[in-house]
Amino acid sequence: MGEAIVVTSGKGGVGKSTTSCNIGVSLALSDKKVCLVDTDIGLRNLDVLLGLENRIVFDLVDVIEENCLLSQALIKDQRCEELYLLPSAQAKDKSAVSATQINRLISQLKEQFDYVIVDCPAGIERGFKNAIRGAERAIVVTTAENTSVRDADRVIGLLEKEKIAPPKLIINRLRPKMIKNGGMMDIDEVTALLAIDLLGVVPEDEEIIRAGNLGEPLVFSTRSPASRAFYNIARRIQGESIPLLTFDREKKMVTKMKKWLGFA
Amino acid sequence: MGKMLKSGVTIKGTRNGLLFLLDDVRPFTVILNELRYKLEQSANIWDGPDTAVSIRLGQRQITRQEETELRQLFAIRRNLIIREIEAEGMPYLLDENRGIQIKTGTIRSGQMLEQRGDLLLLGDVNPGGSVRSTGSIYILGALRGLAHAGIEGDDSCIIAASIFRPTQLRIADAISRAPDKWEESELGSKFAYLLDGQIAVDKMNHLGQLWPDKVWKESRLRQ
Ligand SMILES: Nc1ncnc2c1ncn2[C@@H]1O[C@H](COP(=O)(O)OP(=O)(O)O)[C@@H](O)[C@H]1O
Ligand SMILES: [Mg+2]
Repeated sequence: MGEAIVVTSGKGGVGKSTTSCNIGVSLALSDKKVCLVDTDIGLRNLDVLLGLENRIVFDLVDVIEENCLLSQALIKDQRCEELYLLPSAQAKDKSAVSATQINRLISQLKEQFDYVIVDCPAGIERGFKNAIRGAERAIVVTTAENTSVRDADRVIGLLEKEKIAPPKLIINRLRPKMIKNGGMMDIDEVTALLAIDLLGVVPEDEEIIRAGNLGEPLVFSTRSPASRAFYNIARRIQGESIPLLTFDREKKMVTKMKKWLGFA
Repeated sequence: MGKMLKSGVTIKGTRNGLLFLLDDVRPFTVILNELRYKLEQSANIWDGPDTAVSIRLGQRQITRQEETELRQLFAIRRNLIIREIEAEGMPYLLDENRGIQIKTGTIRSGQMLEQRGDLLLLGDVNPGGSVRSTGSIYILGALRGLAHAGIEGDDSCIIAASIFRPTQLRIADAISRAPDKWEESELGSKFAYLLDGQIAVDKMNHLGQLWPDKVWKESRLRQ
């Protein structure tokens, strides 16, 4: 039996899909059987980030409405041994599926895969509630901005009421320069406020945007800081204890980083 | 042999049923654990005809919540029927409008903690979260959201926090919002109170001026 991890944020555009896809690929590259599930019905994304859009025949809604078998809707990523995508439907809306149906689907997937990574739509309404059903772990992605942190806090509050392990935090699009001149919250401020364990910090990286446009997830090719960050996050998910990367060579930051070594 | 620790739960048989004497010194949760153990363990002693139970709390008053927990424990034994709960010379229930209620955890965006009496929160109130209480609010943590003390009109309430960064404060009917920017010099614990119908904020070390009778003086426990 594998486990399902849902990637949430509250606010849109902070990097849920980017994170889901890079973590999924990293896990698959370390010989795990991985299935990525796009639950953002009506706003399909993961297939594009993975460059698999042109191979979609059936989607998640087809599986739920029993228009096809689960195995028919799963798209295999040829670049990995065991990486599959269950794409979302583009021409339907959120009311097409219920939480119970998603729950059943995720359970089915957990029997076949080591990790089922569920990419969640933005918001805290129905789409969110559906996506978190059936997951035993949750990741909350935020940027170091007020509004995004506020929405992350709201989502953490909702997750804490569910039968799900305490969520873990990823801070995305960090810009050390902006922190230094006070334009962005620093990592300590964000973690102090949200009061959950930090799973990793991903720096702002142009390569991510390029990778998204090419349909070639960052972790496949480059060894850029963001790519290393995602790779380390994937290792922490597998239970390894990996120190956080420093994006800033200053001594003060290094000592600060040391404090986070405890976070696994 | 050393002094034996008095049992937390003493059970006596009387003409009218069973008398449960609960120690009033140790924390109530400890007593409840011991009671659970006694009720769950010696199963054979408890099975039998319906028996009336009187519970004596000694010099202790309990909250409604604690009473519920106590009653739930006795539900393990169907034949034990609670007939009375008593404290010595006072009502057994704490007046919830007085006394301090202790809570812990983070009150996150969109969440609200509301309760009677004074509130001691060991945790944070985040932006978008709120705490409301009929009495005063003391926060051992960061107040970054909304706090409303004296929600039923008590204007003598205060709001105190170790990290004082509220978005809005309310005491009784008065409302005040945070400054647009907090100065670095404003770090440190603070409290808010009502002064001529307006909310004023001051450093914790000035609280003695508002509460002269609560300023501590050197003293020792009498043995
Ligand atoms: N670390 C990063 N550095 C630079 N751009 C990023 C980073 N993470 C995400 N992005 C960009 O932000 C946008 C939104 O990301 P996406 O993963 O689609 O967010 P969500 O799924 O939360 O809506 C995309 O254009 C993506 O390329
Ligand atoms: Mg997305």
